[in-house]
Parts: sequence; structure tokens; C-alpha cells
Amino acid sequence: MELLLGNIHTYKPFGAKAILIEWKAIIEEAILKDILEFKDKINSQKSESYIDYSIGYNSLTIIFKDIILDFNKEVEKLQSIYTLNSTIKPVQNFLWEIPVCYDLEFGIDLEEMSQSLNLEILEIIKTHSESIYTVFFIGFLPGFLYLGGLNSQLFFDRKPNPRLNVELGSVGIGGEQTGVYPVNSAGGWNIIGRTPINFFDLELSNPCFAKAGDQIKFSVITKKEFSELEILVSKKSYQLFKTIIND
Amino acid sequence: MIKVLKSGFYTTIQDKGRVGFASLGVPVSGAMDSYSSGLTNHILNNSLDCAFLEITLGGCKLQFLSKTTICISGGDFSPKINNQSILLNSKISIKENDILSFGKVNFGVRCYLAVKGGILTDIKLGSRSLFKNITSNFILKSGDYLSISNLKIDLETSRTLVKVNKNHFESKVIECFKGPELEALDIHQQKILFETEFSISKDINRMGYKLNEILENYIPSILTSAVLPGTVQLTPSGKLIVLMRDCPVTGGYPRVLHVSEESINRLSQKTTGDKFQFVLQ
Repeated sequence: MELLLGNIHTYKPFGAKAILIEWKAIIEEAILKDILEFKDKINSQKSESYIDYSIGYNSLTIIFKDIILDFNKEVEKLQSIYTLNSTIKPVQNFLWEIPVCYDLEFGIDLEEMSQSLNLEILEIIKTHSESIYTVFFIGFLPGFLYLGGLNSQLFFDRKPNPRLNVELGSVGIGGEQTGVYPVNSAGGWNIIGRTPINFFDLELSNPCFAKAGDQIKFSVITKKEFSELEILVSKKSYQLFKTIIND
Repeated sequence: MIKVLKSGFYTTIQDKGRVGFASLGVPVSGAMDSYSSGLTNHILNNSLDCAFLEITLGGCKLQFLSKTTICISGGDFSPKINNQSILLNSKISIKENDILSFGKVNFGVRCYLAVKGGILTDIKLGSRSLFKNITSNFILKSGDYLSISNLKIDLETSRTLVKVNKNHFESKVIECFKGPELEALDIHQQKILFETEFSISKDINRMGYKLNEILENYIPSILTSAVLPGTVQLTPSGKLIVLMRDCPVTGGYPRVLHVSEESINRLSQKTTGDKFQFVLQ
């Protein structure tokens, strides 16, 4: 029996060529599951009318090829796709292990966080690397994963003045979220470590290894291991450790 | 081949953009003013998929190393070939080593230079549009060489001028739809939104146009959700941002309005200090 909460959704027009489908405004895995199932059903239609989709915590936006002339008719079509019995093989999801070096050289905000949160640095690292995070969607920058599952002990407000340049691979905490900067970027998150893993590689047929519905676990590595992995990653001879998530 | 002698203020390669990669976090990009870029390809009888240059306020100098036919549409920055003025919206024959330069800005902010057969730089995720971390460069640099299609048959310079509606550059009306969070504003705030003459701030680029005026904002942020080119966000400070072609795929500010495709094009030809009003379609 599905949670009812995960299933209720509404439709809104979004400009001339998109429909915004929204669920209750909470971060909840039951909602993510419903969004992904709906998205897979829409994709399985192989309709030429839909050219792209975008996922948010509680939303699925369908982008149309042409201007939507009859909103209600398109909503009816989507509703009938939603109620299709799911005979589609679910997409396989993985748990990815991301090596992170939490050395102070990379974790430039660890000391400040430790003082403000009244938590030992080692405790922050332990807490952050123990949790399993769910990938809700990719947004903001190419390959930027929005993760759910940060331990509330580590909630920490964004910096009042964002840094102009956060190095790629930086692992940060912004409010109730944690994530990895896939490219050099301006950013206001508190940086606690760095990974040598590339989250967006255009030379690969699938530029970002992770997708919505996957899980992430951070594993602690030393500076020496970081340097070694960095070389392997640059030679493209590093294979990420992944396990299949059993549904 | 085109040699970039001077890159200008902000010159990029664009096309129809990168569609179908929002789930990877990849922006759409493409011509800011797709009306003018479509016109220039159309005049050359190019496929509408052909890539072209988007030139912001002129300033650039290009040398054609092979013969071709070109067309420039959009803003008027007094284009010249070998120091002789040329017409906008018209086919221009180019000889080997001809030099294109620009002068005084007469109207508009962006012009589009298409060559017969299109610019043939690398395609990344289905598009030639320059974007940071997707293409190797995100703007043209002096000394760059751009491959273009080899012209087999000479095309004639046409004297017929396509008449462009001046309204595209002069209208102060920006047409829009209700945004998903418009109803979160009270009636009074909504009234202000449509009655205020907004002005464009200094904070503008291909990602978005920030506006100067402040709309008192009592509505909270939303859970991160999709944004699209044309989405008008209301920031916590009360300033509005109209998202443009290079905008991220998601955002957390309330989306109060959504600018129509035609009006995104219109806004792309406006700059800092220009004024306009939002009008519901």
C-alpha cells in the first residue's frame, strides 16, 4: 500500500510550453518515488510532444515541443499516463561510494563549524560520512546533486557572503543540505572536504554517473589517498565503487 | 574559416540551444533574441539549426579567410566590411580576407551574424552554444579560428531589405503569463507588479536580468523546483530577476511571472537603465 501523501499532485501551466506538476511541499522519499515513476511512465510513451523534463524536491516539470493550446486536454493526457499500470521495468538505482578527504586544507570551514556547532571536527566528519544520502535531482550546475538525508546535527546556515570561487570537488553544507560542487563556481556553502571524483564528464556517454533516486555515501580518505585517486581519475582509470539498491 | 581579430565586448557562438538535458543540470542556452537569429538564418536560406555569432554591442573585428555569404540581424552597431557600411537583414557577399568591424551603436543590444551553411565548431550535447564547462570556451577570444561551411556557389548580394518591426526594439511592453507562485502575493502586491515601470539594473548577463525596483516580499522561498528562460523570480530582498537563456535548470525563489518567448527576445535587446512594464497575456 502506497502512502497517499506520495500520490497527491496538482497541475499548473508554466509559461507557454511547460506544465508544472507539484506534490506536497516537503522533502520526502515517497514523493521522490512517485515523481520518478511518473517520469518513467511519461518517457515510456516516447511522445514527440514532450522534449524535456526537470525534477525538483516536490515537482516534475514537463517541457513541450510546441505551445500548449489546450492546457486541460494535456493535463488529462498526463493524468491518464499517471494512472497507467506500471508494467515498465523500474530503472536500476545504485549506491555510490564517494571518497572525500576532510583534511583542513580542503575542509576550510570545518574549524568555524566545529566552534559554532560545539562539535569536534572528528565528530562532524564521522556524522557526515556515516549517513546515506538520497539523490533527489540534479540542478543549479551541470552535475550538481541535490541530496537528502543530512543529519540535523550538521545543519549550518549558508555563508552570508558567498565565495567567488569554490574549487570543483568541494563538499559543502548549506542549511539543511549537503552536496558536491561539480565545477569551479561561486558558492555560499560551508566547505568541509574535497573529493577527487568528477561529477560531470562530457567525454562519457553519460556525463553524470548518478541520477535521481540513486544514493550516495561519503568515505573518508587521507590526503595521500586523495593525491593518488586524483591521478587515477585524471587518467580515467578509477572505477567508482557502487552497489545495486534492492527495492 | 573566420579569424577573430578582436573579440569585442561579449561575443559567443549560439544556435537553437541544448534541449533535453535539464535532468543533468544543463541549461538550454541558445540565442538571447531567437527572433533576430532566426531571421538571419532565414535570409541566408540556412537550416534553422545552423550556429551563428551573438555579438553584444559590437566591438569585435573578424576576418574571413575564405569567401562566403553573411547576414547580420538584430541590433544596429553600424557594421562595415573593409570600412564600407553594410546593410542589416540582407545577404552580403564576402571575399577572401574581407574584414568585418562595427561602429556606433544605433539601437539594440545584440546582433546576430550568420554565414551561409553555419559556423561549424564542435557540437556538445547536441548544440554548439558556448557554455562554461560544457564547451572549451564560453566566449570568443582574439586569435580564435572558427570553421565555417565552404561555399560552393557564389550567392548574390541581395538588395532587397527585409523590413523589421521597430516595435521589437522600442516597445516597453513585456508580455507575460502568471507564474506558479503569483497567487502567493496579495492583491495589492500583484497590482504593484503590473503597475510599476521597472528598470533594468547593472546586474545583467545571459543568465538573467536583475531589476532595480523593490516589491516588498513577504512570501517564503520554495523547495527547489524547475525554472526556465523567462521565469521571473522574486528574491528575498524584493528585487525581481528575469531569467534568460543561460539560466540554471532549478531555483528556490518564488516564480511570480513568466515572460513570453517573444518578450524574452524583446528584453534581450534592452540593457541597463531601459524601462518596461509587465503585461499579462
